[in-house]
Amino acid sequence: MTEVTDAVGPAGRPSGPAARYDELIQPRRVHGSLYTSPEIFADELQQIWYRTWVYVGHVSEIAEPNDYVRKSIGPQDVIMTRTADGEVHLLLNRCAHRGNLVCEADAGNSSSFRCPYHGWTYRNNGDMLGYPFHQGYGGRNKLELGLGRVPRVGVYQGFVFGSFAEDGPTLEQHLGEAKGEIDRLVRLAPEGEIELSAGFLKHRARANWKLLAENETDGYHPQFVHASIFSVAESGIGALYGEKSTAVTRALGNGHSENDLRPEFRRLGVPLGWFGTTEEKVPNYVKAMRDRHGDSGAEEVLIEGAPHVMIFPNLFIAEIQLFAIQPLAADLTVQHVTAVQFKSAPEMNKRMLQQCVGSVGPAGMLLADDTEMYERNQAGVAELRPEWLDVRRGVDREEIDERGLTIGGATDETGMRGFWSHYKHLMTEGRVR
Amino acid sequence: MDLREVEQFLFREARLADEHRYEEWEALWTPDALYWVPANNDNADRMTQMSIIHDNRNRIATRIRQYLTGRRHSQVPKSRLRRVVSNVEILGVEDGDTVVGANFVLVESRERGTEIWAGRYTYRLRTVEGEIAMAYKKVELVDNARAIATLAFLI
Ligand code: FES
Ligand SMILES: [Fe+2]
Repeated sequence: MTEVTDAVGPAGRPSGPAARYDELIQPRRVHGSLYTSPEIFADELQQIWYRTWVYVGHVSEIAEPNDYVRKSIGPQDVIMTRTADGEVHLLLNRCAHRGNLVCEADAGNSSSFRCPYHGWTYRNNGDMLGYPFHQGYGGRNKLELGLGRVPRVGVYQGFVFGSFAEDGPTLEQHLGEAKGEIDRLVRLAPEGEIELSAGFLKHRARANWKLLAENETDGYHPQFVHASIFSVAESGIGALYGEKSTAVTRALGNGHSENDLRPEFRRLGVPLGWFGTTEEKVPNYVKAMRDRHGDSGAEEVLIEGAPHVMIFPNLFIAEIQLFAIQPLAADLTVQHVTAVQFKSAPEMNKRMLQQCVGSVGPAGMLLADDTEMYERNQAGVAELRPEWLDVRRGVDREEIDERGLTIGGATDETGMRGFWSHYKHLMTEGRVR
Repeated sequence: MDLREVEQFLFREARLADEHRYEEWEALWTPDALYWVPANNDNADRMTQMSIIHDNRNRIATRIRQYLTGRRHSQVPKSRLRRVVSNVEILGVEDGDTVVGANFVLVESRERGTEIWAGRYTYRLRTVEGEIAMAYKKVELVDNARAIATLAFLI
């Protein structure tokens, strides 16, 4: 049995109704209440979503000065802006007067936001610009109320992250070993830059966000959940996650994890094999890659392909598909998904878009079935017996690789365990347990 | 094509989709088929923007084959579906095809709960060997800019 007790947080830190996370999260199993309890969800917002680094968007979505796009951190509505001097800001979409939304458009270009309720205006860096009928406030420039800001904004290879914590690990420290996986993605772009220009599908799952995050590098399920599409599309993907696969699952630290498929792709040795296409079909792209990386360099890059990495807590890069996981309630999550596009690579972009559209989103031939699983999982976990979910697969055959990271076989739950150990750390750090 | 004939075709297409009669539904398509459900914007550029569905004839065939494996989990068990197709109008003729518009409301029931889907259909129909066939079906969902549930049936 577990007890839920009130935690006493140190001064200045939001203290939630903390559960006994050290009891709920064990090396080989996790407690079902972690997925269903509204109190634990509220606690996660404070301890994870409003504290650690969370992926928000990509600089290509606000390419021009004064561009903005509406994004989110958990349930919070965030406006990602680029000021005229090129700086990226993350503003909370809430008027400082009476709380109205200051931005109702999904995206646009403007140097300021004007609240429709009483006309207060703000610069696109969040500063107050003015308010009507200023005598009521004692005159012009008497109020110093700006939009709420996400205090820290970090950008890595164009990926924009925000943290509500004023201090703590830097973005680079948080990303740690996951940086290399982002690097692997961008090096596939002929100019070393990706773009998120295709818009997002928004797919709702009546399930806890952690079921999604855990599944992203779960190599155990594809052969079962995706058998229908693997069999009819003659896809080789299923074999990557088979018992004989030489691929590995790696916990990258800080809750990040990956399916490293490179050993399989290297064994097969086919450039673009990971993408199910051939060099002849995208000659301009291949030429651009050879010009950039040299013949043998390009060969290696094109054989090894794209990463399959889950960056804690919400960014999932599945080769050419990019997901942002948005939690809304203990049992409600939105998956925002788009096709990765490479700057100046129209041939590849068209193919990546079409492949992504076929696979993901509400009607996707892959993701509709994953989402069905999340929802059924959620329904099952709501049953009280047995209380625990098992995460021990491969625990006794894990190894430490040359980088000091834990690796398991292609179908092992190594990534999940890495997720949980970091989760437990964030949920208990600095608290009396 | 007269309106009565067109309506009969639309009602039949709707019924085949509602009843998951996959092969009969697939047989309604011409070889140059385009089955398109835009996202975010009814007129998003489907060549550069994400769509909810963007199937050519080949991909329609793959989608149908996936259902026919019996292991398309998001449709096992199948959704219970019924839709009303209404406000049918013949909008004109384009490259020999009859362009037809209609509105629909659809109720989906599955264990997850009940969803209501609604929107507008645009079809391009043509007569092939004496029968009406469809070359194009576009589905503008009223909520295509919002987060939507899994839509794994034939809309
Ligand atoms: S609520 Fe924004 S100006 Fe009053
Ligand atoms: Fe999956």
